[in-house]
Amino acid sequence: MEVEIRLIIAGIFLFLGCFLLLVAAIGVVRFPDFYTRMHAAGKGDTLGQLLVLLALMIHEGLSLVSIKLLLIVAFIFVCNPTATHALAKAAYLSGLRPWTKEEKKDGN
Amino acid sequence: MAEHVIIKTVSRLMIPFIQLFSLYVIAHGELGPGGGFQGGVILGASFILYAMVFGLEEGRKRISRKASDFFNPTGLFIYAVIGIFCILGGGRYLEYDRLPLIGNEILASQLGIYGIEIGVGITVSAVMTTLFFEMARRDDD
Repeated sequence: MEVEIRLIIAGIFLFLGCFLLLVAAIGVVRFPDFYTRMHAAGKGDTLGQLLVLLALMIHEGLSLVSIKLLLIVAFIFVCNPTATHALAKAAYLSGLRPWTKEEKKDGN
Repeated sequence: MAEHVIIKTVSRLMIPFIQLFSLYVIAHGELGPGGGFQGGVILGASFILYAMVFGLEEGRKRISRKASDFFNPTGLFIYAVIGIFCILGGGRYLEYDRLPLIGNEILASQLGIYGIEIGVGITVSAVMTTLFFEMARRDDD
């Protein structure tokens, strides 16, 4: 019984994580310019991997594997926003202008 | 250079853990996934990250040309010396069971594989660092 409850909770987290990753992927394809795509990829991927790995941790229980998964979560939580920041800053410093609706109407 | 505060802070925070993980990968090469090559690549990537974030001169201060030129052949030397010790012990090249002065065959095999992994890791990390510095520098001397 306990195992079944744990499986159900893990499944819910896994579903939420996959949903967020799917939303992030759709955002990367559909958003108009570089900055908004970085926005979708950075936030969606970070939270999505947290939820997926949390589901794996719940499924595994308290063991060495779940502690390693926790370390992976901490690593990605620090590194993914930093990588997003570095990419966006490099794009901004090299002169890429953010997309606006007005420029679109001018036929650009 | 002074304005990249977030990148500098995060890489200064993460590089020790990256290097610790690379040592873990090297040491657990024969039990789990990983090994000398993979651990050496992670170790070299940490040096490359440092040099990319803090600049080439600062990176060359930490990992000098002399140091990387020394570690390039050192790992290869460890590899070759272990292999030749196996020949001296009466086996073939890299037949770890025959390593002299250890006695126990299983222990000799384990220690031989450890030595090989460490040598491969040293050489791979040094070669990656050297390649990065040689490709990234601008002058032609």
